[in-house]
Amino acid sequence: MFDEMFGNDNFVREPYRQYQHWIDDEDITRLHKKSAETEAIFRRTGITFNVYGREEAAERLIPFDIVPRVISAREWTRLSRGIEQRVQAINAFLHDIYHRQEIIRAGRIPAELIANNEAYLPEMIGVSPPGNVYTHIVGTDIVRTGEDEFFVLEDNARTPSGVSYMLENRETMLHMFPELFSKIKIRAVSDYPKNLRRSLSACAPRACTGRPVLAVLTPGIHNSAYFEHSFLADQMGAELVEGHDLRVVDGRIAMRTTKGYAPIDVLYRRVDDEYLDPLTFNPDSQLGVPGIMDVYRSGGITIANAPGTGIADDKAIYSYIPEIVEFYTGEKAILKNVPTWRCAEADSLAYVLDNLESLVVKEVHGSGGYGMLVGPAASKREVAAFKKKLKARPGNYIAQPTLSLSTVPILTKKGLAPRHVDLRPFVLVSPNETKITPGGLTRVALKEGSLVVNSSQGGGTKDTWVLEE
Amino acid sequence: MLGKTAGGVFWMFRFLERSENTSRLLDAGFRIALTRSSAAENEWQSVVATAGSKHVYAEKYDVYEAANVIDFLLRDKSNPSSVMSVIEGARNNARLVRTALTREVWEATNECWMTLKALLSRPTRERELPEVLGTIRQQSALVRGALHGTMLRNDIYDFARLGTFLERADNTARILDVKYYVLLPSASFVGSSMDNVQWETILRSASAQRAYRWLNQGEINSLSIADFLILSRHLPRSLAFCYSKVTDNLKYLEDDYGTRHACHDLAASIDKRLKDQTIDSIFETGLHEFITGFIRDNNTLGSQIENDYRFNG
Repeated sequence: MFDEMFGNDNFVREPYRQYQHWIDDEDITRLHKKSAETEAIFRRTGITFNVYGREEAAERLIPFDIVPRVISAREWTRLSRGIEQRVQAINAFLHDIYHRQEIIRAGRIPAELIANNEAYLPEMIGVSPPGNVYTHIVGTDIVRTGEDEFFVLEDNARTPSGVSYMLENRETMLHMFPELFSKIKIRAVSDYPKNLRRSLSACAPRACTGRPVLAVLTPGIHNSAYFEHSFLADQMGAELVEGHDLRVVDGRIAMRTTKGYAPIDVLYRRVDDEYLDPLTFNPDSQLGVPGIMDVYRSGGITIANAPGTGIADDKAIYSYIPEIVEFYTGEKAILKNVPTWRCAEADSLAYVLDNLESLVVKEVHGSGGYGMLVGPAASKREVAAFKKKLKARPGNYIAQPTLSLSTVPILTKKGLAPRHVDLRPFVLVSPNETKITPGGLTRVALKEGSLVVNSSQGGGTKDTWVLEE
Repeated sequence: MLGKTAGGVFWMFRFLERSENTSRLLDAGFRIALTRSSAAENEWQSVVATAGSKHVYAEKYDVYEAANVIDFLLRDKSNPSSVMSVIEGARNNARLVRTALTREVWEATNECWMTLKALLSRPTRERELPEVLGTIRQQSALVRGALHGTMLRNDIYDFARLGTFLERADNTARILDVKYYVLLPSASFVGSSMDNVQWETILRSASAQRAYRWLNQGEINSLSIADFLILSRHLPRSLAFCYSKVTDNLKYLEDDYGTRHACHDLAASIDKRLKDQTIDSIFETGLHEFITGFIRDNNTLGSQIENDYRFNG
């Protein structure tokens, strides 16, 4: 097992050297006190998330651990190059798959993978989004298993969340431990909202005449990520709107203001494709705007991310990403994929069924850690029950080996103790550039030995430091 | 700004104002119950009536006694006007309009909610009541302080103030509506100690007893109490004062947006009526008729503002 602070053999790794000097001199009681204070800050600020289906605990804090996760400049250079390559390939793939489908003609991915995929939206065929950007915001999930072993676990190309935690975690650390930041040179993350605004503005639609008007579309205050939606709108100086604030007026999407309806140019939507337009998709949706797809197709508004990007982060497509990167960039993928068995294929299914105890099985369209099986942690009964589901709808699942995720220490009652982590860097794509905020959101499984880092399943977060060169 | 946001800010401050008013009503009722136990049941009944919750209360309880009323008005989730319900409402609206609030206002609101949620998580015993009521008023004062100290004086601020003063006017009018009969000359004979207690309660419910005493050198009579609560240009909870603020804030919106709406005319006519009347003329045409008419018009103005500024569509 690889610990990012202590390496494989209790020898502090270089990126953590300065932090270690600091913490060695710290009194554990003071650290515990600081840790309790951070919780009070998060509560007062209202940095909470909602858990579905749990009335009594409707609002919860994501636990924050005060030990940072540190990434060296060299490591980051490699990671960010790999991420950029991947995100560019994904945008090229999306454009292709909704236009000429060269990659299918070239036989690099099977046609039925697209044709039979719920995430593929025929409504987007032939549509070119403003600036040709499909995924304005991407959150690439990365795990590490060794000194030089990084894997991409997921490409979140729909509406990745968590960036508000990345920003608030840093604010909290600056507030609690200012001395660390004067000693150690850490790359700033606070430009994200400004960059997001700039990047979205650069994708304004044809109909936009002046300075682009931005709005964030939220499903409402009961959504689990509502805090983040209001946070981002606030930081960007954009309006936070819900579906019922919007309607089509003169071929534009307009929001109801105290002075009447005013057009929006760019809509950063945090509502899934399915709910975006009841006239085009789910007719029962109350969260979207009737007619927005027509306005979109005629250049009246930019929707970020574009509808239909889900086809690129679908877990069945995931296994083809190395081919996709090669096809569109002409280069080998810098970042590796986790080996993946597609249960839709008979051989793979047979292997997965035989080895469930050692595999992680995920739903093709699932997210948030729901509906997955972590073989090594599951009981015999859970495995048996999952086997039935898997046999009934094999095409609905993929399987991956259980990776030995790297650990980073957290502060426990007894002192530092290793816990498994992953990393979600946030990528902004505009017509002129791809920008990756140094670091990202580190999620940590707080339970000893656990590999599940999702906040809905008891995971916490850490501040993520990328060191200056 | 979004119509929804204007509505959210308006209601957030209506709710905060209501929490403060309810705690003041309880405070006044509690005092009568302590000093005149024979009048307690009637008093609790009028406290619940003033809070506008008579029907909901009657569905749950048969008698008006301290423990039930206190619990009902402070914590009962089935009572939409209980302190806990309105604080939840205020905070939900604050979350809804968070982008329109400064960090200070949001944090004060959130902290108010956290503090009261903890404080009201179990029934309040009588001996804790003064302290609990004090905390409620203090918490809402902290939000108001943050509003004054940190918010831009723009349309957002205007909607916050409109919510505050419409709610406050409604509350003062309700106090008078429930107690109007003790202010009528026919029902009073000078020096009755019962009247004195009732008059004290009315003043206390509007946080006006000290100001009144100071202005009247200890003399107390029904006509001047009514005059004070309805027509004073100086008492921050009088109907006339509330309407001078309501018309001010509506005027700012009119100037800011360059548009005059129906709500402006309506507010102006209510304000004019308050300015043109004397307390004698009000008593002549009937205090009760005047008050019920005011409550109705005040409600209509609320809906008109909601319409004119597109809170809901």
